[in-house]
Amino acid sequence: MPVYKPALHFKNVSYTIQQTSILKNITGSFPVGKITTLVGPSGAGKTTLLKLCNGLLSPTEGEIYIEDQPIQRMEPIKLRRHAGIVLQNSPMIRGTVYDNLALPLQLQGKDFPRRMAGELLELVGLDPRFLDRNANDLSGGQQQKVSIGRTLANQSRILLLDEITSALDRVSLQEIEDLIRRVNRERGVTVIWITHNLEQAIRMADYAWVVMDGELIETGEADLLNTSHNDKVRQFVKGEGG
Amino acid sequence: MSYSALALTLIFVLIPLLLSKTLKLGLEIDTIIATVRSIVQLLAVGYVLKFVFDSENFLFIILMVALMIGAATQNARKKGKEIRGITWKLIVTFLTIEVVTQGILIGLQIVPPTAQFIISISGMLIGNSMVLSILFLNRFASEIEGNRDETELILSLGGTPKQAIHRQLINAIKASMIPTIESQKTIGLVQLPGMMSGQIIAGADPIQAVQFQLIILFLLLSTAAVTSIMLGFLSYPALFNERMQMVRPKKTN
Ligand SMILES: Nc1ncnc2c1ncn2[C@@H]1O[C@H](COP(=O)(O)OP(=O)(O)OP(=O)(O)O)[C@@H](O)[C@H]1O
Ligand SMILES: [Mg+2]
Repeated sequence: MPVYKPALHFKNVSYTIQQTSILKNITGSFPVGKITTLVGPSGAGKTTLLKLCNGLLSPTEGEIYIEDQPIQRMEPIKLRRHAGIVLQNSPMIRGTVYDNLALPLQLQGKDFPRRMAGELLELVGLDPRFLDRNANDLSGGQQQKVSIGRTLANQSRILLLDEITSALDRVSLQEIEDLIRRVNRERGVTVIWITHNLEQAIRMADYAWVVMDGELIETGEADLLNTSHNDKVRQFVKGEGG
Repeated sequence: MSYSALALTLIFVLIPLLLSKTLKLGLEIDTIIATVRSIVQLLAVGYVLKFVFDSENFLFIILMVALMIGAATQNARKKGKEIRGITWKLIVTFLTIEVVTQGILIGLQIVPPTAQFIISISGMLIGNSMVLSILFLNRFASEIEGNRDETELILSLGGTPKQAIHRQLINAIKASMIPTIESQKTIGLVQLPGMMSGQIIAGADPIQAVQFQLIILFLLLSTAAVTSIMLGFLSYPALFNERMQMVRPKKTN
């Protein structure tokens, strides 16, 4: 296996809340410029792990590094712009689609030109005419696309995605996969992608992490999901019908 | 009014007691407790006030005001358990209201600096400020709870805690101020304010009673605004830590 330069490195990371240990002693890397899918059963701690990556949560033990720098020492706002997250069912803020897309810049006190908002909308596969629509009137899938565009507006170098296609139909799913691939290839953005869809995980990923019950069971090239010798991983893959 | 006349008014306590008994409302015990408590508490306050007014000692005035602030804090802090340092935040709010209003009233010689004025006005203002604090804290808690996703979203996009909580904070401030403003719009049309009625019954000139009531109303507007806004801006930072994370993180899933 080739040695990758890590965009993000976990070193003995644990996360405990209310005496419950959610993540246990995780050590591993997300290679820079690659797409890594994060798979595991429901409740394994995947979302928690993703939130640790951009400082929405902090590890109770261990350290996370971005290019050799502990993120605990980075300025939270800088860290969150550097590693943008799209959460499962992120809400739309009140207002139009434009208001939502402009939010990241507006938070910095900057203006977001409508033209750029329109381009962003096209990038995520929506017609620029949607700009003036009330964001809360959009369908679940359309909102998901706006929500991805909104995070992209920050020009993050790392993109953290939590089940972003689970609400989408086949066509939209295809569009979003293409989009993420393009963002990854053209802008060199590192992608960490949680998905329940194992076919998607294998199709999209260069690299994979398998998390179960708060532990990192296996990491490696994405085809480990097909070829793993680890019993737990094989059982999980079989169970998910992958 | 003589005590025998006052005793006769207990008839008005008997009416609800009898009604409660015949209709089996089960409110007899509570009615009796309420009656006894109001008699004991108000008489005690009356004697304390009489003592303070007669002694004309400024220290007693300060002590009375301190007691009011203490009681108001004790009452309101239960609603803000989630907020670190809520006790001193309430005390600072009540103190500010007291100092600013009395400073203006006495400084501009709107009212004379006597125990009568200071204590009765303080009582009304701190009492109102307490009710407003409770309204604000209740509303703020439900705004926060109902909008955790949005707060998290703004933080995740690189917003500051203040930006992440701004809408909820403003909503809670507005919601807690509205009843004060609304009730003043119809004042005098539907009911006469209790204080004004009391003065008129005690024999004061209605116009003078109205003038005094107006002072109180304006003071209450000011109190409402200062209480909600001050308490709001003092309390929201306690919801976040130094890493700009929610102190009580949203449960994932
Ligand atoms: N704030 C919290 N307090 C207590 N327990 C929590 C909290 N947040 C998450 N958990 C628990 O941590 C565990 C892991 O949650 P997490 O959301 O990270 O799992 P997940 O792998 O993303 O699951 P899913 O695939 O269903 O989204 C769950 O059992 C969850 O109930
Ligand atoms: Mg999850």
